[in-house]
Amino acid sequence: MTVPITHYMILSGLVFLIGVVGVLIRRNIIIILLSIELMLNATNINFVAFSSYLGNVAGQVFVFFALTVAAAEVAVGLAIIIALYRHHSSINVDDFQLLKW
Amino acid sequence: MTIPLADLVTILPEMIVVFAACVLLVLDPITPPSKKDWLAWMSLGALVVCFFITGATMNDRVFAFSDLVVVDAYASFWKLLLYLVSGLTILLSMTYLKEEGIDLAEFYGLILLSLTGMMVMVSGADLLVIYLGIELMSIPLYIMAGFKRFEARSIEASAKYFILGSFSSGILLYGISLLYGAAGSTRLADIAVAVDARGLEDPLVLIAMMLLIVGFGFKVAAVPFHMWTPDVYQGAPTSVTIFMAVASKAASFGAFLRVLLEAFGGVKPNWNGPILVICIGTLVLGNIVAVVQTNIKRMLAYSSIAHAGYALVGLVVVGWAGTEGAVASRGVSSVMLYLAIYSFMTLGAFSIVAILRRGGLEGEELEDFTGLSKRHKGAAFLMLLFMVSLAGIPPTAGFIAKLYLFMAAVDAGLAWLAVVGLVFAAVSAFFYLRVVMVMYMREPSATQEIETRLALTPTTTVVLACAVAGVVLLGIYPSPLISVTTFAAIPFR
Repeated sequence: MTVPITHYMILSGLVFLIGVVGVLIRRNIIIILLSIELMLNATNINFVAFSSYLGNVAGQVFVFFALTVAAAEVAVGLAIIIALYRHHSSINVDDFQLLKW
Repeated sequence: MTIPLADLVTILPEMIVVFAACVLLVLDPITPPSKKDWLAWMSLGALVVCFFITGATMNDRVFAFSDLVVVDAYASFWKLLLYLVSGLTILLSMTYLKEEGIDLAEFYGLILLSLTGMMVMVSGADLLVIYLGIELMSIPLYIMAGFKRFEARSIEASAKYFILGSFSSGILLYGISLLYGAAGSTRLADIAVAVDARGLEDPLVLIAMMLLIVGFGFKVAAVPFHMWTPDVYQGAPTSVTIFMAVASKAASFGAFLRVLLEAFGGVKPNWNGPILVICIGTLVLGNIVAVVQTNIKRMLAYSSIAHAGYALVGLVVVGWAGTEGAVASRGVSSVMLYLAIYSFMTLGAFSIVAILRRGGLEGEELEDFTGLSKRHKGAAFLMLLFMVSLAGIPPTAGFIAKLYLFMAAVDAGLAWLAVVGLVFAAVSAFFYLRVVMVMYMREPSATQEIETRLALTPTTTVVLACAVAGVVLLGIYPSPLISVTTFAAIPFR
């Protein structure tokens, strides 16, 4: 028995929403980074599910690119967070208030 | 599997820029500090070569790598603009980085890599390529925004840009994945076919389209996705701010227009409403919030948000019911014209901020400009020109840009939108001309006389001369640029 495509879409939709909500409400910058990863991985679920559903490999190729880009992004992001921690001794986004309207 | 030579020739400019960036990063550690300028000149040389290659192939329309990449007049127009802006940014940085004590040659490598991403974006004919281009543009920008790593403000700007940038990329990517599900391909042409077949009401396509609009809305800094812009533009080193405000905005608009028109051209009524709301919101918020800013960089950031709103007027014209053929094409070319002219005036205004020094710092507060005309007549006059042009007052180029845009709106039956644009242009005149008033009608304090100076070197002079030439010449004689944009907008007819 195969799992219908809608189940995958609901799963990826939920993971994506958890990611979006995480970015918007969590205050720890590492958790925010992880939430962004969740969003990207929700996308990967979609791509693989559609790829298998449509019998078309393009989606799986896209996943490789998305994973690679996500890795590069995290590498830069963690470096920025370390530099930020050296200035503020904190990773709570509420402490970063130098630039305010 | 082999790659046909013809495909590689098509992306020759991209390859040259990447190659120059790699050579530069390798040469950087073995170059003595006194010779670092050579690396900047080398990257400029690469840009000049690319400029001629792209300029020579402007009339072509070539697809490469099994339709992943397209090089047409539209892509070439944006590329030429991007080379010009990147070149001027590099020239300015040669002085600016020394003044700021961040004179590292990898800066030029990062500029070139980011430029490659922008070039890939504007000539992508497949959402995968466009996504890769966006990321290749953004990741070096995250690093460059934090280039003054000993300064908390710069790192904070970098972190904010990183979080919101990757958040928006995530949203964009999710939209792409849904579109892939709907169309079975990420090619813009295949998506257009699937979107047409599924029609206006299909929820999958609708959600995907909204996610793409949100993702691109972040990249072009349109309200309500603009929150990162003022913070990042203010905190980042000024030469990076220029690059973000001008090059990354132009490239994002280039890709945004292509995606909306090529993939979603058949469902214009679906995206026209949201774009109209975003456009008016951007005009209102950008212009009104700019009025209360006292930091020039922050004010220019809001001004750049407002200008994104003007450029979106052109997009509304394209999507408006009943516009087709020549008028729709005018809409596209007016966006291109607007962003080209916007590039010159914004680049000029930020350059003045970058070279006006107070002690070891930038003179970026409004009060640093007090009585500038008494201290540095030339700089004050140039700033006057840029401000007048940003406000859209004739005979400067800013007027031509707005005129052409609003005429397209009137032709499309959107006279009321042109009126809204004019009203907010009048609001914007207030805060632009306030800078002029502060420079010309207030007396400088005694300490300012001693403390401020201009970091004028041959390279910064060239940058200012180019910006002024753009603002003045395009204001008096705009027809060559108008004919180029009209020609380049043709693929969408």
